Order: sequence, then structure tokens, then C-alpha cells
Amino acid sequence: MDGENISLDLEEGQEMLLNMGPQHPSTHGVLRFLVRADGEVMSEAIPIEGYLHRGIEKIAESTPYAGFIPYTDRVDYLAAMFANHAYVTAVEKLLGVEVPRRAEYLRVIADEINRIASHLIAVGAMAMDIGAFTPFLHGIREREIINDLTEMLCGARLTYNYMRVGGVSADLPDGFIEKLKGFLDHFEPGFIDEFNRLISGNEILVKRCVNVATITADEAMDMGLVGPNLRASGVDWDLRRDMPYSCYPDFQFDVPIGRGFRGTVGDSYDRFVVRVLEMTQSVRILRQAIERIPDGEFQAKVPRKIKLPVGESYGAVESSRGELGFYLISDGGEMPYRLKIRTGSFSSMWAIHQKSRGCFVADLVVLIASTDIVAPEIDR
Amino acid sequence: MTALGIPDAYSFWVLAAVFLVYAGVAMGFASLFAGVCSWYERRIAGRMQSRIGPNRVGPQGILQWLADGMKCFLKEDLIPQEADPPLFRLAPYPVFIGVASTFVVLPFSATVVGSDLNVGLVYLIAITALVVAGILMAGWSSNSKWTLLGGIRSAAQMISYEIPLALALLVVVVPAGTLSLQEMIRHQGGAPWNWFVFESPFTFIAFFVYFTSALAEGNRTPFDLPEAESELVAGYNTEYSGMRFLFFFFAEWMNLYVVGAVVTAVFLGGWRIPGIPVDRQAGNILLEFVGFVLFVAKSLTLVNVIIWLRWTLPRLRIDQLMKMCWKYFVPIGMVSLFCSMLFTALVVAVPLVGRLTSFALFGLGMLICAVFVWRTAYALRTFPAKPYLRWMV
Repeated sequence: MDGENISLDLEEGQEMLLNMGPQHPSTHGVLRFLVRADGEVMSEAIPIEGYLHRGIEKIAESTPYAGFIPYTDRVDYLAAMFANHAYVTAVEKLLGVEVPRRAEYLRVIADEINRIASHLIAVGAMAMDIGAFTPFLHGIREREIINDLTEMLCGARLTYNYMRVGGVSADLPDGFIEKLKGFLDHFEPGFIDEFNRLISGNEILVKRCVNVATITADEAMDMGLVGPNLRASGVDWDLRRDMPYSCYPDFQFDVPIGRGFRGTVGDSYDRFVVRVLEMTQSVRILRQAIERIPDGEFQAKVPRKIKLPVGESYGAVESSRGELGFYLISDGGEMPYRLKIRTGSFSSMWAIHQKSRGCFVADLVVLIASTDIVAPEIDR
Repeated sequence: MTALGIPDAYSFWVLAAVFLVYAGVAMGFASLFAGVCSWYERRIAGRMQSRIGPNRVGPQGILQWLADGMKCFLKEDLIPQEADPPLFRLAPYPVFIGVASTFVVLPFSATVVGSDLNVGLVYLIAITALVVAGILMAGWSSNSKWTLLGGIRSAAQMISYEIPLALALLVVVVPAGTLSLQEMIRHQGGAPWNWFVFESPFTFIAFFVYFTSALAEGNRTPFDLPEAESELVAGYNTEYSGMRFLFFFFAEWMNLYVVGAVVTAVFLGGWRIPGIPVDRQAGNILLEFVGFVLFVAKSLTLVNVIIWLRWTLPRLRIDQLMKMCWKYFVPIGMVSLFCSMLFTALVVAVPLVGRLTSFALFGLGMLICAVFVWRTAYALRTFPAKPYLRWMV
């Protein structure tokens, strides 16, 4: 939305226009909100995106396929593995290459550790926005181990550039499985229980979150929400189970759905709890993956210069923020004709705009945090 | 004055000089406390968050507050362009004065007190109301909608919570029979079951009501919405920098000590030593010193609790906060006050009831402490702090 062209009728003497500017300790990334408020009660919070637009989709049109993977990291730097995965899936579909089993398992392991890391930030930042600073730092402490694991795996702590067309960039180093097992044994149930005791059951957090910005299942589907936001509203939809990709059919896991844990179905508390529960399920998948990982190649043979045939493909994964999809149109050359990235946070923006009507300014913070938006995903 | 050999003409100035020395000592203590408390809070916050906290400046970082103070001294004195300069400049002072003036009535030991006003409690409650004026001035004069929002929220919160605060203190005044803090301490005994907190179920309730209301008065989490970092950057003191900002923050930390000291004096027996009657304590230097140490120790324990609460609990929303005040604390306070009067009348008639109640409530207090210790032990057993990060490197 262009800031200059917004015409707002402010009721004279009744409403004020507050600017939750791009720099703000609360908004998750550079994101601006124009809040029309009557004191504490908002009538509308208009999001203004674009502060982090980097033209990634346009850059794709002049980048060879294999060389675009680092750019996908930056689409959502908290869930970089998922972005890598979705992009290479789109390319592989057009290329027709078969990914080796071991590579698929490595991809799933990488995805799920990234999901845990991303959710730690999500719930931690939500608690921090509500005023509890400590759980966020505990989550960061746990995330340090995940960062160390990914550093062992691919050399980077945040923007991994791990996946390649046809597989992954490197095999598991020695000692990785043991360290991952050690982390999982420590994390679940140990850390999750401690985290729940500290903050998830805290009466003040519950009171701040229940019945705030309730999104019903119908509304969620109308607004195009995905991921934990959709599941917290009661819609049982998870790409890993319903449109399986990679080797997810090999694993047994539950999909946590919001059921009004302390309030109504689809309120902010549900979104919080669903993310905590998803971390537990990720640990479950990881444990199964560690046990069953087959031997084999970690990357299929693909030509150095990837030239895709004319056509289009869509590769989507269930990222920690929902369906992260790359729609690729190829015109037969070495670079895409068009690459469109579909992210979960972008859909959540409309949800925030709609649900902000009538709640408090303090609730806006809870709403933004509970939908777990990140600015790079919105703007790309 | 003439007895001391000082002519009448100079007696006013001599008195003024003596008072200035007293004020200097009190402010010295208060400022030192505020500074060291800021360091202490940051270390505690760090340890609770699995990190270290300031540990560079001086041994264990204890001079961090001096470094911060010097930095703020040397900062540019920035007044926003559209702000209201006189109000902007003036705003930190009512806040500071409101909190600093309470040190006059705080007892430190049997004979060490600034001024043992016989309306000590009322003076305390009244002078802290000055802070509201300062905060409103700060919020308004910064010429920013966000600071205005923060200032108004803070003002509403503070004037609302003054009522349960006063009611809770009045609940204790009834059995004590006096408003003076020193007298209240003298009326209590040294042993824990003689403290006013265990005097009657209503003073027990008043302890919690006062403590929570004092937290709200001091804008501490869980009531720190006016300073909510995630929402208003820093609320009413967003536009303040340098020394003016430090005034606000010094006031907040000094207030911590004041809260701890008032709770100790009114509810927890003050400087009374278990087993020693008041008259012996007043003359004896050693006993007075022990009393002083006990008083400060009890106050610091409460300061610890306040810091602990800040870094554990999230914050309440403004409407939840106000609802809690007006719908819960004020009725509880009023009912407690009324019932406290009835209870005191009962105790006057049947003293045995008073003794039994004290012991029963002391037992309840010990039970609560035991439950707390048990829960902590469980947590320490179940979630041990493992240095696993070491083997990752």
C-alpha cells in the first residue's frame, strides 16, 4: 500500500493517527502500521509493506537456476532451509530429476531443525512482545545449538544455502547424528516442559492472548492463511501430510490443531500453543529420520548449467510460517522467465488488517506476534 | 540553639545546614542504592536469561552504573523541536522529588530516621503522588502521540493504584494505632510471628495488596505498560536522553528501595531483633547496627523479589490492569479495612484470639515458603543447567 495515497477519514477530534513506524521494537522486521485509534481502541491498523523489498523475484529472472539458491535463503532468513527446499523442488519438477533417498532424508532433517529454530523465535518473540523477556533468551540459547548443528552441516548459521538441485550440498559430517540426538534428548521433553512451565501456562500471558483476534476456520480459509495460523483456527491442513513431498510419507507425526486451549478456537493463544506443539512433533520426525536414514548419494547428477524445458512448475513446502511456494515459469533458457514466491506472512497481513479493527493497541502487538510474520517474507 | 552557644540570629542557617547534611546523606544512600541496584538488576536479568550481564567495568561490572552515569552526563541535551521546552525541562524533577522525599520518613534503625513524622504513612502516600504530575508533563511536552499515550496510561495507572495502596496501609494502621513508621515498628515484635503481616488474616491480605499496588505505582512489570518497550519504545520518556532520562530511571530504582523499606517497616517488623525489647535496642550502638542490617536485609530481599518478578512475568494490558485495581483490589481493600477494625476490636476483648491467629498465619506463611522451596527443588532437579554448549564447539 502506498503511504501517500491513503485517504483516511479521521473523525474530527475523536480519532488520532498513530504511526507504528518501520523502526520499532515490536514489529517483526521493518514493517509499518498506520493506526487509527481512539485512544487505546483502534479502529484500523493499516499495514504498509515494502520497506524490505529487494526485488528477489526480479533478480531471479537474471540469475541461473543453481545460482539463485542463496537468494532464496533471504526470502525468509528464519526458515531458510524451507525456502531452499521449495525452490529446488520447483526446479527439479521441471528438470525431471530424481532425488536420492538419502538426500531426501537430509533435506527433511534440515527442514525440521529449521522448523524448531524458527518456532523458538516465534514463540519467544511473542512472549517478549507481551513483556516476558526471559523465555525469548532461553529460546535463543537453544537455538544456538541448532545454529551449531547447521554450521556443522553446511557451514552457515542462518542463511544456509544447503540444498542443491537434485539433492543437498554436503553429506552429514562425523558426529552430527550423535550431537543431534543429544540435542533432541535435551530439548524434548526437558526444554519444552521448562518453557511451558515458565511462560505457556502463565496466567498473565494467557489473559493477554485468549480471545484476542480470533480467526474462525472459515475466515482463515477466506483470507488465505496457511501454516500454524490456519491450523490454530481449527482447519486440519498440513502440506506434509495432505500433499506429501520429499520423504514425509515415511514418518509418523501428528498435526497439532487449535482447539481453544484456554479460550476460543483460533485466538492468539491457540496460535502460540500450536507452535509449541509443532516443535514437539518436529522432534518426533527428527528422531525417526535419524534412525531410518539410508545410505546413498547426497546429490543426483545434474548438469552444471541447468537449462529447464519450457513449462511451469510449482514447488511448495510446509514452512514454519505456512506454505512457502515457488512458482516457476521457464522459457527454455538458463534463467527463469518468471519466479513467483508465495509466502505465508503475506497472507497474514490481510488477516492483521481485518482483525485489528476494534482491538486495543496492546492487542495489535499480540496479533502481529501471534501470526508470526517476518518482514522479508512479506516484501521479498 | 542558644544552649549550644550559637546566637539566635544564625540559628536558622545552622539548622538549614544540618538539614542539608541529613539530606545529603539520605540522597547519597539513595543514589548509591539506585546505581548499584541497576547493576544488580542487570546481573540478575542476565543470569535468569542464561547470559552474564555487565561484568567489564570494575570488578564483576559493579562500576557499570558509574560508566552509564558519566556517559549520560556527557550526552547532548536534546529537546525535540516541537516540544514544550519549559515543561520538558521541568518534567523529570517532580518525579525525582516525589520519590526522593520519601526517604525522609524511612526508618533505618531505632534512632536513625530522617524525621519521625507522626503522619508518616500519609506523608508517604501523598508525596509519591507528585510523580504523576511529572509523568504527565513528560508525556505531554514531548509532543509525540506515543509518549502522550504512555503518559496518560501511566497517570491513570498510578492514580488508580494509590487507592488500594492507601487502603492496604490503613488496614495495618488499625492494629498499630499509629501512622508513624517508627511507632509501627516499635509496636511489632522481633520474632516473625509478631510481625504485622501475621497479625490478622486481613493484614496478611493487605501485605499482598500493598506489594502489588506498590509495583503498579512504580511502573514495574507486570504493570510496566507505560514503558512497554514493544509498544511505545519507552513510553513517556522516549524523547528524553542523557541526564534527564537518568532522573526518571533513578526515581524508578529509588522507588524500589522505598517499596521494600515501607513493606519491611509496616509488615515485616522493621529493625526489630527477635527477642530484644525496644528500649534496650534504642541505646545500644551494636544492637542498633544489627537492627539496621536486618532492616536493609529485609528491604533488599523484597527488592530482589521485585527484580525477579520483572524478568519473569509478562505485562498486563491497561484495561486488565484497571479492572484488577477497581474491581478487585479496591473492594478487597475496603472489606479488609472494615474487617480489620472488627478483628482488632475482637483482639482487644479476647487477646488469645490474636496470639492464635498470629501463630496460625505464621504457619501458613511457612507453608507457602515450603511449597515454594519444593517447587524450586523440583525445577532444579528436572531441568538441570547442563553445559552442553561446550561439546558443540
